[in-house]
Amino acid sequence: MTTTTLAALVPLLPFLGALAGLAVGRTAPGFVRPLAILPTLTAAVLAVLVAVRQGGGRAIDAATQLTPTGSVPIDLALHLDGFAVLVAVLVTVVATCVQLYSTAYLRDDARYPSYAALVSLFTSAMLLVVYSGDLMVLLVGWEIMGICSYFLVGHYWETPEARAASLKAFLVTKLGDVPFLIGLFALAADTGSFRITRILAAVANGGLEHPTLIALLLLAGVAGKSAQFPLHTWLPDAMAGPTPVSALIHAATMVAAGIYFVARLLPVFAASGAALVVLAVMAAVTMIGSGLAALAQDDIKRVLAYSTIGQLGYMSGALAVGDRGAAVFHLISHGAFKAVLFLAAGVVIHAAGTNSLAAMSRMSGLARRIPDAYWTMTVALLALAAIPPFAGFFSKEAVLVAAEHTALGDRTVAPAAAGWTILIAGLLAAVLTASYAVRLWLLAFRGRGAEVPDHGKQPLAMTSVLWILAVPTIGFGLTAGLLGDWFDGHELTPSLTTAVLSTGITLVGGLVTYGAWRHTTALAARTPIGAVAAHPGAEPALVEAEAMTSHTAVYGTIADAPDPADPGRLLLGPLHRHAVTGFHLDALYTALFVRPVRAAARLVRFLDREVVDTYVNGTGSVTRLLGTAVRRAQTGNVQTYVSALLAGSLALAIAAVVFANVNAGS
Amino acid sequence: MHLAYPAVLAALLFCVGLYGVLARRNAILVLMSVELMLNAVNLNLVAFDVWLRDTLHSGQALTLFTIAIAAAEIGIGLAIVLAVYRNRGTSDIDRLRDTAETDEAERLPDTAEADGAEIDGAETAPGRADGKAGKTKKAEATT
Amino acid sequence: MLHTAPSLLASAAGDHPGFLSPSGVEIAFLLVGLATLGAAVITVTTRQLVHAALWLVVALGGLAVEYLLLTAEFIAWVQVLIYVGSIVVLLLFGLMLTRAPIGRSPDADSGNRWVALGVALASAAALAWVVVDAFRTTWIDLDGPVQGSTAVTGAFLFRNWVLPFEALSVLLLAALVGAIVLSRKRDTDTSTGTSTGTGTGTTSRPGTPGKEAQR
Repeated sequence: MTTTTLAALVPLLPFLGALAGLAVGRTAPGFVRPLAILPTLTAAVLAVLVAVRQGGGRAIDAATQLTPTGSVPIDLALHLDGFAVLVAVLVTVVATCVQLYSTAYLRDDARYPSYAALVSLFTSAMLLVVYSGDLMVLLVGWEIMGICSYFLVGHYWETPEARAASLKAFLVTKLGDVPFLIGLFALAADTGSFRITRILAAVANGGLEHPTLIALLLLAGVAGKSAQFPLHTWLPDAMAGPTPVSALIHAATMVAAGIYFVARLLPVFAASGAALVVLAVMAAVTMIGSGLAALAQDDIKRVLAYSTIGQLGYMSGALAVGDRGAAVFHLISHGAFKAVLFLAAGVVIHAAGTNSLAAMSRMSGLARRIPDAYWTMTVALLALAAIPPFAGFFSKEAVLVAAEHTALGDRTVAPAAAGWTILIAGLLAAVLTASYAVRLWLLAFRGRGAEVPDHGKQPLAMTSVLWILAVPTIGFGLTAGLLGDWFDGHELTPSLTTAVLSTGITLVGGLVTYGAWRHTTALAARTPIGAVAAHPGAEPALVEAEAMTSHTAVYGTIADAPDPADPGRLLLGPLHRHAVTGFHLDALYTALFVRPVRAAARLVRFLDREVVDTYVNGTGSVTRLLGTAVRRAQTGNVQTYVSALLAGSLALAIAAVVFANVNAGS
Repeated sequence: MHLAYPAVLAALLFCVGLYGVLARRNAILVLMSVELMLNAVNLNLVAFDVWLRDTLHSGQALTLFTIAIAAAEIGIGLAIVLAVYRNRGTSDIDRLRDTAETDEAERLPDTAEADGAEIDGAETAPGRADGKAGKTKKAEATT
Repeated sequence: MLHTAPSLLASAAGDHPGFLSPSGVEIAFLLVGLATLGAAVITVTTRQLVHAALWLVVALGGLAVEYLLLTAEFIAWVQVLIYVGSIVVLLLFGLMLTRAPIGRSPDADSGNRWVALGVALASAAALAWVVVDAFRTTWIDLDGPVQGSTAVTGAFLFRNWVLPFEALSVLLLAALVGAIVLSRKRDTDTSTGTSTGTGTGTTSRPGTPGKEAQR
């Protein structure tokens, strides 16, 4: 089989698996698990095969046109370059792990068949985005991901948090998708094609008439999908979905789609310096804001969600300085270690029976109870905090190096202002990243107090995938020297200055947090906090759903816990109150959008009920009245009828005579 | 003789008959009024025939035909009135109002029918009280 | 119309004597006409049903006299024979068969009488106005060859109008058959039980008109 055929099979297999899973889900439950895992696994193998065959060489392009579509043709096109094949490997590997993990995590869930099918469909859509060489086809995958994330985030639709979160995720991403679609059309109108290769060729020839407008429109969609400021608010709330969904959608794949899209069309964005600066500012605000917010969250998954936003900020930053190699490098390594973090967090939540860090800090022995999750999570947190030699270190260094080169003028793709912004924000964010990573680790695994309740041994399907994903978390960064050839050919290896600088301040951030924890941990014993326990022994998904519900019930909010022993509270000081709520962005959106929309809806309802309905009812009642009046005339008395008849004919006759006279006389 | 005399007389007679048709309650009186109207027309026909001196004398011929048809009409009409009287126990025109639209008809056709039957029955009862109950009974049996 | 009719009749309009100097025939016609009209008005207004029939006899007889005055003597006798002789008798029989009350009945007129009066007066005014306006100068020459004698009538009736005359006989036959069919007693079932028929007048009749009409 040619590489093209193999590549076409990669998105197709999970899609067929999803269809088959939906079809037989009710009738033959025994087939659901194989149908969930095997297509994705095969796709992973094929993706690796495609990557090996492509080998980072010249991009493979293949296109077929199903039907003529007018002036701007839409092709079923594949564009396989180094970025595409590597991201596809990441997507399929993570998806396979998630599917494996889900078999244990949702083992008793009644909706598992539809869940697994949706995950497969989601994987297929992401692969379509990754491989597609045509922006319209890419958009199809893009939108399928949107609707799948809506369903998957709302998997626990019995809980109000999940319902609200799924709606919010859908609406916020759609808010970005509208300008995105307009931007796509504008791009196609300027370049005359939806094919990525032709667009890039046209851009290279300077065929773009409105680069800034198009870039900004596209950036809105990217910000929505990749959870960049100011459209990031859906991602922390989307943690109301099951943990494997968080791992798949909100760490490794869907949020990566935006970054990946910009990486594909980077020349379009690079054509506009203003757009790059906007992207840089967006990335900087995202990085720092999410770092602060992550430091204040109490829900372990929300900490990870904000860290995802921050890491996506790094990728956006790399794109803002025009280095897509660094961006995709960080995307892949982040996908690996963030998947580990989420999946391990699922194990932690199951074992502890709570998702609250405050409650975990009052349990001892969690690390002994779940050694697999403990060790893999430790490794992944080190990678997240960019400690060498883990993957995160190299990829983040690649970003910082690119920013440094741009700032110092060695690279001229992007304005120096963008470089400085990213460099400074990246270093600041590195401190914050180390800080919240250390806080998470300390609170989760170094708690003191009662022994953690025994919820039984964690299933093999859940723990094994942690180790599978831990391998790239540890080792992927070491391939940095080779990866440059797969991408644009830049060096991705770290430079000494930034490496020392960033590692140094990372260590500082970690040590400060440790100190703060030592200081506050004495307080923990004095203020007992309601341990949020759920049914032990139930399936992990159920435990998680109950934990989330009880978190809101006990603390009043999903994000915060009144815990004075929290080192984040000490470090942030007065900022803590704002950081917990994500700097009140949700309240702002409520005031700006939700309330006016609701008021408009009330107005429409009022108009419909009181004004429109009045006319509608009036039509009916007037007709009734007329009918009643006419019915009164139908007395059944023949004499009345004849009287009226004669009176009428008399009037007609008189009128005829009179008019005849008038006419004759005139 | 002026033509206006018979013409005006015919017109007035016609209108008197018209009033009778519209105002009388008893069906036989209505038939009498119809006869008056027919006669008014006859008078017109004769007068104009005499005035025009028609060689065919169509006016007089038509008058004769009208008289014959009036005889037929009165026979049929009386037969109908009698049949109605046997069915309903009355020959009052303004009580033969089965085609009337009622408020009940809008709500529920069945109840409206039942109501109409009750009213009808209550009104026809005095008619039968005049005597000849046996005949009424027979008449009903035939219907 | 009103202006064309006099011009059409201008040949006879030149020498008519006018309304203020009526001839004897006209005076007789007028008096008999008034009597006829009065009898007709009483016919349609009296509260005694049998009297109405009798006043109708007067009105129809008056009309017969008018026919005579118009020299249509055959029609006059036919009028007397058929109307007064047979039709009024038929009407009287009808009154009797429907057990019309003898004496004054308070409800001889329906509630429609005022509407009827209005329509009748309005049409009377309109017709009289039109007719007078059209024919006030028209004169009937009653002298000359006789027009309505039995001989003349027989001649034109059986010379020119034979076919309609025969057709009329068929119509009369049809009317005869129809009248018999309508008034025939149909001896169907007697077990309907819809009427008590006690003649007390206190029992209302169950059942519906619709049901009876179907039977």
